[in-house]
Amino acid sequence: MIEWTAPPRRPLLRQPAALASLAWLALAGLGAALAPFLAPAGPLEADTARALLPPGPGWPLGTDLLGRDVLVRILWGGRWTLGMGLAALGVAVGAGLPVGLLAGTFGGWVDAVLMRVVDALLAFPGILLAMALVALLGPGMGSVAVAVGAAAAPAYARVARSAALEARAQPYVDAARAVGCTEWRIMVRHVLPNAAAPLVAFAAAQLGWVLLNGAALNFLGLGAPPGTPEWGAMLAQGRGYLRDAPWASAFPGLALTLTVLAANLVGDGLQEALRPR
Amino acid sequence: MARYAGRRIVQAAFVLWLAATLAFGAMQLTPGDPAQALLAASGATAEEIAERRAQLGLDAPVPVRYVRYLADLLRGDLGQSWLHGRSVGRMIAEQLPATVELALAATVVGVGVGLALGILGAVRRSTWLDTIVTAVAVLGLSTPTFWSGILAILLFSLQLGWLPATGEGGLRHLVLPASVLGFALSGSVARLVRARIVEVMEAPFVLAARARGLSSWRVLCVHVLRSALAPALTVIALQFGFLLGGAVVTESVFARQGLGKLAVEAIIWRDLPVVRGVIVFGALGYVLVNLASDLAQAWLDPRLREELA
Repeated sequence: MIEWTAPPRRPLLRQPAALASLAWLALAGLGAALAPFLAPAGPLEADTARALLPPGPGWPLGTDLLGRDVLVRILWGGRWTLGMGLAALGVAVGAGLPVGLLAGTFGGWVDAVLMRVVDALLAFPGILLAMALVALLGPGMGSVAVAVGAAAAPAYARVARSAALEARAQPYVDAARAVGCTEWRIMVRHVLPNAAAPLVAFAAAQLGWVLLNGAALNFLGLGAPPGTPEWGAMLAQGRGYLRDAPWASAFPGLALTLTVLAANLVGDGLQEALRPR
Repeated sequence: MARYAGRRIVQAAFVLWLAATLAFGAMQLTPGDPAQALLAASGATAEEIAERRAQLGLDAPVPVRYVRYLADLLRGDLGQSWLHGRSVGRMIAEQLPATVELALAATVVGVGVGLALGILGAVRRSTWLDTIVTAVAVLGLSTPTFWSGILAILLFSLQLGWLPATGEGGLRHLVLPASVLGFALSGSVARLVRARIVEVMEAPFVLAARARGLSSWRVLCVHVLRSALAPALTVIALQFGFLLGGAVVTESVFARQGLGKLAVEAIIWRDLPVVRGVIVFGALGYVLVNLASDLAQAWLDPRLREELA
């Protein structure tokens, strides 16, 4: 049997996958925010007497080479990884949104110039761009956030432009112009609010991308300094004693994968919920 | 067609020039003196460093160096590694085969699995099968290769002992990295293919074909797949950039030789000519693959051919 027709669209809160994703994101965010209360000793507390222990009471996800609790490190690591992701998303939206809005609202040569540059950047693999920026800025957590965010910005500018173009074609924009609104006012008060839906959906998907690639740069050793409980860096550290303590790399990777997955699923869910009929 | 090809080639050249210029500018902005970086370890005197600066052409003004750099690039000269004093072009050439091998094998896995999943999900839209396909696809898209790679090593190398965990040499060493990277690729391919097919399935000409009483399978294979997959293939070509980046990480997980290892080491040691060389070379590959796929697309699709004429 072949299914020829489209299913009805569902609002975000009626989609089980999106709901579960939101719940996981909330849990991971809370864990990171409350880490100082949940594990006051901090992620660096080492105790070689309990090194490389498998999951058990006292250390639910096992311990690493230095006897540090993997769960505690994942909780604290959320501050690094999620913080890096949000900062990178901020860079991507902060740079991409104004460019896309300006191009879409003003059109003409503004559009032509901005979009040529965006196209040139898009014609460049994102992760390579991020690596080049890290090389320029020097390895470090801040560089990774800026680099990954900047690498994601051109795609965001493209989406913002097409959303702005669509919003601009509506009659209320003509009406606003007829009563004498300036183009700036039209952009900020009329185009932006009406273009918001696809921009939010794409931002969620972008969050997944920056988390994945930011953690990858950390895994490669280009970001957080050694010993930092960042999830990608934890995976890299645990790789050295994979045979003796697989949990030390498997669980940080699971936390990262679930978070990226959740961001992508929320993005998909928003896209379905906001799909035009 | 010729006009379109000309325009696309000019555009590709512009992107390459921009990439090369960005790479040059980035190096100018980076603090530190390459001559000093090169000779610091050997305890060279100030005169020796100055001599080396002149030798590297670093005492010329920036515009002169920029023109020299572009001229060198056009001749295929990517400069010299600060760390090893060797030709960057040769270093890339040495590492290239390992990366190409991995990327090609991963493409075969990723496009094969992705096409199968995408077609399956589209024709069984909103059934349990589609749900599984969608789930597998988003999982492939979301799973970092450095995690799936480590899990694969744990299971197939350490537990079962079927395949070697690291290193290279022959097919046995290629299976795990290619599958891991291929799985990540198959996620985005499956989503693209599924979306394209679903879109075409709702097109009026498909409804017309079904209304004429053609069998479902005939409509699917002859009408839908043919017009859905040609554009999907171009978008798949765009995944080449993803593969390039993915190969960097995958090589690190499986301790393989390749461009990724070269780039990561160069970034950590701030061997900027090597970083710049890998970036410019990567951009060249990416731009050429995209150019080729766009031209092939325009040549294959009669509608596009007319539109662009």
